[in-house]
Amino acid sequence: MNSIVSAVLTVGIIGLVFGCLLAYASVIFRVDVDERIGKIEEILPGANCGGCGYAGCSAYAKAVVEDGAPINCCSVGKETAADAIGEIMGKKAEKQEPKTARVMCGGTCEKAKNKYEYFGVEDCAAAARLAGGPKACTEGCLGFGTCTKVCNFGAISIVDGIAAVDEEKCTACGMCEKACPKHIIEIIPKNKKVSVICRNRNKGQEVNKYCSAGCIACKICEKNCPFEAITVEDNLAVIDYNKCKSCGICAAKCPKGVIKKI
Amino acid sequence: MSSQPSIISLIIAALFTENFVMVKFLGCCPFLGVSKKLDTAMGMGMAVTFVMAIASMFTWAANHFLLEKFNLEYLQTIVFILIIAGLVQFVEMFIKKAMPSLYNALGIYLPLITTNCAVLAVTLLNVQNNYDFIHSILYGTFAAMGFSLSIILFAGIREFISEKEVPVPFRGFPIALITAGLMAIAFMGFSGFAI
Repeated sequence: MNSIVSAVLTVGIIGLVFGCLLAYASVIFRVDVDERIGKIEEILPGANCGGCGYAGCSAYAKAVVEDGAPINCCSVGKETAADAIGEIMGKKAEKQEPKTARVMCGGTCEKAKNKYEYFGVEDCAAAARLAGGPKACTEGCLGFGTCTKVCNFGAISIVDGIAAVDEEKCTACGMCEKACPKHIIEIIPKNKKVSVICRNRNKGQEVNKYCSAGCIACKICEKNCPFEAITVEDNLAVIDYNKCKSCGICAAKCPKGVIKKI
Repeated sequence: MSSQPSIISLIIAALFTENFVMVKFLGCCPFLGVSKKLDTAMGMGMAVTFVMAIASMFTWAANHFLLEKFNLEYLQTIVFILIIAGLVQFVEMFIKKAMPSLYNALGIYLPLITTNCAVLAVTLLNVQNNYDFIHSILYGTFAAMGFSLSIILFAGIREFISEKEVPVPFRGFPIALITAGLMAIAFMGFSGFAI
């Protein structure tokens, strides 16, 4: 009987001491956390994709409350998240155009030639270090899928040897843009349906040698655009999205099919 | 009190010949769970080292001044669990207030460690081996460093493997377990080695 009493007493007293200590410590060491941070965190999707430019959803929530970060950075939650955060913060969310990632290369397996055969690690960054990768075109998509690996939303797949973005799933978080060693993925406004799917700035003659889907700077698009939105700079057609109305005339006229309307 | 081992042999034993993860198979849960990336493994290692050192200190004191005085040694396990849990909570609150940068580095790992078997094991082993105060703290610290050593090595290998072409059935966890097994065999090479 005595041993039971002493056991109960010992454990009970130690528990009590620690309980008091912790209760006391929670008062002394209290760190005041702004309750708005927790509320914003609940609104955010919790994908921790880093598309907002912060380490994760909770880091972004903290930045909004403490450093006055803009409330419309979350590309996953889009306007609904921005509006809800705005309600908590007492700010009005500015309308943000929905964006998407697009792969600016059309050099599929049949269309683009390789300069050597690659047997290394299946990773674009590793392949790019070996003389710029196996593709003869220095700007082309290597197709080893580094972007598919970083995509948190399963929006990118490799089709015919090049990356393809499912724009329905894409949240424009920008992870693929950062991961691509060729900088061939760009984040652009979703409603701009027409884009030049090539980034090669070599002369047309040169491009023709290794890729049948490359811009040869023929300037047909420039001449046909009714809004003067396309110019050919350094042997590459460039669309000014401030002027482009997505009419698709350039896409229809392009002899190489480099300009595409999605 | 029985004779104490020399400090050098204690350290070698804690780090290599009696490595907590590889030889005693303690703390396997965080070893497999938090070893996907090198930096999280390092954070976990640091947190475990920190907690095991202070846990050794406080449980030694509790055992020596309380349990042995009242012949309550049979309560060691439950009392130690209580002390570790309370201590970790307290330390977490303290560093959150006093050292926010350290809290950001260790923060998420600290509560995980509260119920880690490696922490409880080191306190019980200190008692079993009759270590004095200094030896207890040293054993706690270096056993935790042995844990850190193996988890950091393991995380490095896992990062390396993740970039390789692994046969499909072995991808992910199976290859990690095979790696852990091979590492344990490598650590067996230290056994019997004593100074």
